[in-house]
Amino acid sequence: MKHTLSVLVLNKPGVLARISGLLSRRMFNIESITAGYSEEPNITRITIVVQGDDLVLEQVINQLSKLIDVIKIKELPMEETIARELALIKVRALPEKRADIVNIVNIFRANIVDVNRETMVIELTGDEDKINALCEVLTDHGIVEIVRTGKVALNRGPRPAKEL
Amino acid sequence: MELTGAQILIKVLEDLGVDTVFGYPGGAVLPIYDALYDSKITHYLTRHEQGAAHAADGYARASGKVGVCFATSGPGATNLVTGLATAYMDSVPVVAITGQVATSLLGRDSFQEADITGITMPITKHNYLVKDPGDLARTVVEAFYIARTGRPGPVLIDIPKDVSAARARYEFPEKVELPGYKPVLTPGEEEVNKAIALINSSERPLIFTGGGTVNAGAEQLLLAFAEKINAPVVASLMGLGGFPGEHPLFLGMLGMHGTKPANYAVSECDLLIAVGVRFDDRVTGDVNSFAPKAKIIHIDIDPAEINKNVRVEVPLVGDVKNSLELLIKGVKEKKPEKWLQYVFGLKEKYPLTYNQECGLKPQKVIETLYKITGGEAIIVTDVGQHQMWAAQFYKFNKPRRFISSGGLGTMGFGLPAGIGAQVARPEQQVIVVSGDGSIQMNSQELMTAAAYNIPVKVIILNNGYLGMVRQWQELFHQRRYSQTKLKNPDFVKLADAYGIRGMRIKKEENLEEKLLEAINYTGPVVVDVWVDREENVFPMVPPGGAIHKMIG
Repeated sequence: MKHTLSVLVLNKPGVLARISGLLSRRMFNIESITAGYSEEPNITRITIVVQGDDLVLEQVINQLSKLIDVIKIKELPMEETIARELALIKVRALPEKRADIVNIVNIFRANIVDVNRETMVIELTGDEDKINALCEVLTDHGIVEIVRTGKVALNRGPRPAKEL
Repeated sequence: MELTGAQILIKVLEDLGVDTVFGYPGGAVLPIYDALYDSKITHYLTRHEQGAAHAADGYARASGKVGVCFATSGPGATNLVTGLATAYMDSVPVVAITGQVATSLLGRDSFQEADITGITMPITKHNYLVKDPGDLARTVVEAFYIARTGRPGPVLIDIPKDVSAARARYEFPEKVELPGYKPVLTPGEEEVNKAIALINSSERPLIFTGGGTVNAGAEQLLLAFAEKINAPVVASLMGLGGFPGEHPLFLGMLGMHGTKPANYAVSECDLLIAVGVRFDDRVTGDVNSFAPKAKIIHIDIDPAEINKNVRVEVPLVGDVKNSLELLIKGVKEKKPEKWLQYVFGLKEKYPLTYNQECGLKPQKVIETLYKITGGEAIIVTDVGQHQMWAAQFYKFNKPRRFISSGGLGTMGFGLPAGIGAQVARPEQQVIVVSGDGSIQMNSQELMTAAAYNIPVKVIILNNGYLGMVRQWQELFHQRRYSQTKLKNPDFVKLADAYGIRGMRIKKEENLEEKLLEAINYTGPVVVDVWVDREENVFPMVPPGGAIHKMIG
C-alpha cells in the first residue's frame, strides 16, 4: 500500500541526504521524494510516497521523526488530500503528426511548451494516473524523454499540515 | 569577548563542565590543541583515535556524563568511526570533535579531507559541520544537549581549520532551541492505565530490563516495582546491573547465551514488561516464537523502538523513571505464588554450571574475580566468549558496573573503554576482561595506561583461538577452524615493553592468589591467563532458533 507523507524540515545543508540515507538504510521502499520551499523561509517541505503496510508506515514516521532537523511529519490520507505531479514529455512530432498530438494534448488539458522541426515538449499537471495515461497514448508517436517531479500533496481544509 | 573559534570551543567545553578529553592531535586540529594548551581540561593522549572514541565511551558509561574525544581531519576522523558506531548502538552520550580542512578546500579531495559528517550520518544521533565561528558555541551546547537527553547517543562536530582560527564573539548560549527535537518524557495516561490493568490481572508477569533502565538511573524504581508485584526479572546484556544480580527475583540474562531460567520464563510468562530494551535479535532469537504466551508492555524513551522488532500490546513512550513511577503508583501489590514457585524451581534446577575438570576454566577465572572483588569492581569487556562468561558468572548488583559493547560487538573496545572508565571513576577497581584476539585489536592503548599510570587490570582469557568464532565453527561448520587459531605474542613481555607489570597464570592452584596480587597492585597490570582452549559458552540458542530451545 502507498502512503503519502508530508515532512517539514529545517532548511539546513545535508537535510535531504539525512532523510534519503535513513530511508534507504532502514530498507524502506520509496516511490518518490520531492522537496521545495514552504511558506516559511527556513522550512523545506518534502513529500514522500512510501510503499508498505501500516507497520512499515509507523516505522518510517518514527524513524524520520528522530532526525533532529525534522520538525513535523504527517501522513496525508488519500481522500483528504490534493496530490499533483508535473511531467514534461518530449515526443517525436514530425509536421504531419503534429495535429494528432495537439488533439491529444487538448483532450488531456496539457500544454505544449516547446516545438521544433522534429519534437514537441508537452507539460502536464495532474495525478499519477493521468500522467501515465498521457504517456501511454503518446508512446505510439515515440517518446524521446520524460521528466516527472514526483508527487506533491496538500491536505484539504483550512489547517496546514504543521497543525494537524 | 572576542576569541578564536578554537578558544570558543575550549571555553564552551569548560563552561559545560567538561574536565576530561581523550584525543589525538593533527594538522587540522592544530588551533584547537593550541587553545587546549592553556586550558584546565585534562587531555589524555591515546595511541590511536579509535582508542580515544572508546575511552570517551567508557568514561560516559562509567560516569553517566558525556564523554568527549578529539581527532584531526581525514584519517583521524575516520578512525573514530567504529567508536561512534559502538556508542550509537548502545545509546552512549559521546561528543566527538573533529578538525576539518579549511572551508576553501572542502569538496576538493584535499590532503586529509574526509566527509566525516557524511560518513557518520548513520552512526550518530546528529552531526554538524560548523562553517562560521559565530555558530560554534551554540553548536557545542546543542550537541551536548542532544547527546545526553532523550535516548542518549553520540554527536559529532566537524570544525574546519579556518573556522577554528577565525575570531568571533563568545557568549555562553543559555537556551537551546531545537524545534525538531522534543523527547517525550511521560507516557500517555490511557496507555498507563491499560498497562496497570494488564499488570493487575496477569498471573505470570515477567520484567525484562535493558540499558534504558541504567541510562535513566531508574534502578531503585525498578527494584521497588518488581518487589511490589513480585515479578521475576530478566536482563539484556546492556541491562546487567540495572537490577541486583543476587536478588532472589533475578533470573539472569536472557537470549542467545542467557540462562535457562530466564529463557524458559520468557517463553512461559503471560505478561512481559519490557523496560528500556530494543528486542535485539540476540535477545529474541526467532521473533515469532519469542514470548509466545505473553502480552507485552514496552517502556522506552524512543518511539521508534515500539513495534520495530516485536509487536507490543501497550507502548509506554517516555522516560523509564517517569513510567515506572506511574506504574508503581497505579498497580496493586501482588504475589503470583504459582508462577514464583515455577521460576524458583527453574533457578534451582538450572543453575549456570560448567565442567570443572580438565584444566583452568575461564568461568572459574570470572568466578574468582567476583569473589576477590566482592562484586564491587567495574568489569569492562571486549567481545567474544570472555564477554559472555563475564556476563554470566560475575553478578552485577549495581548499574554502570558492566561495560561492554553490546549492540555493535566491537572487539578492541575493552582496553580503551576500561581506561576511560578508570579515568571517570579513579576510586573504583576497574578490570578489563579480554581475550587473546580482542586485546590485540587495540593493545597500543597499553601505552596510554602506562603513560598516565591508569591502574586498569587487564585479564586476558587466553585460549589461543578466536574462541567464539571457533565455537560456531565447531557447532555449525563441522569443526573446520578456518582462520581462528591464533599465534600470539608473549603478553607478559608485551606488557613489559610498555613498562606495565605482566603476569601469567597457567594453573588453577595459584589462580586466586595471583589475581589478588594483580588487583592489589597500584599500577596497570596485564594478566595472561592460559585457559582451557576449547571451552564453549553454554547455554546457547542456535542463531535464529526459538530461545527456549537451548543447547548445552
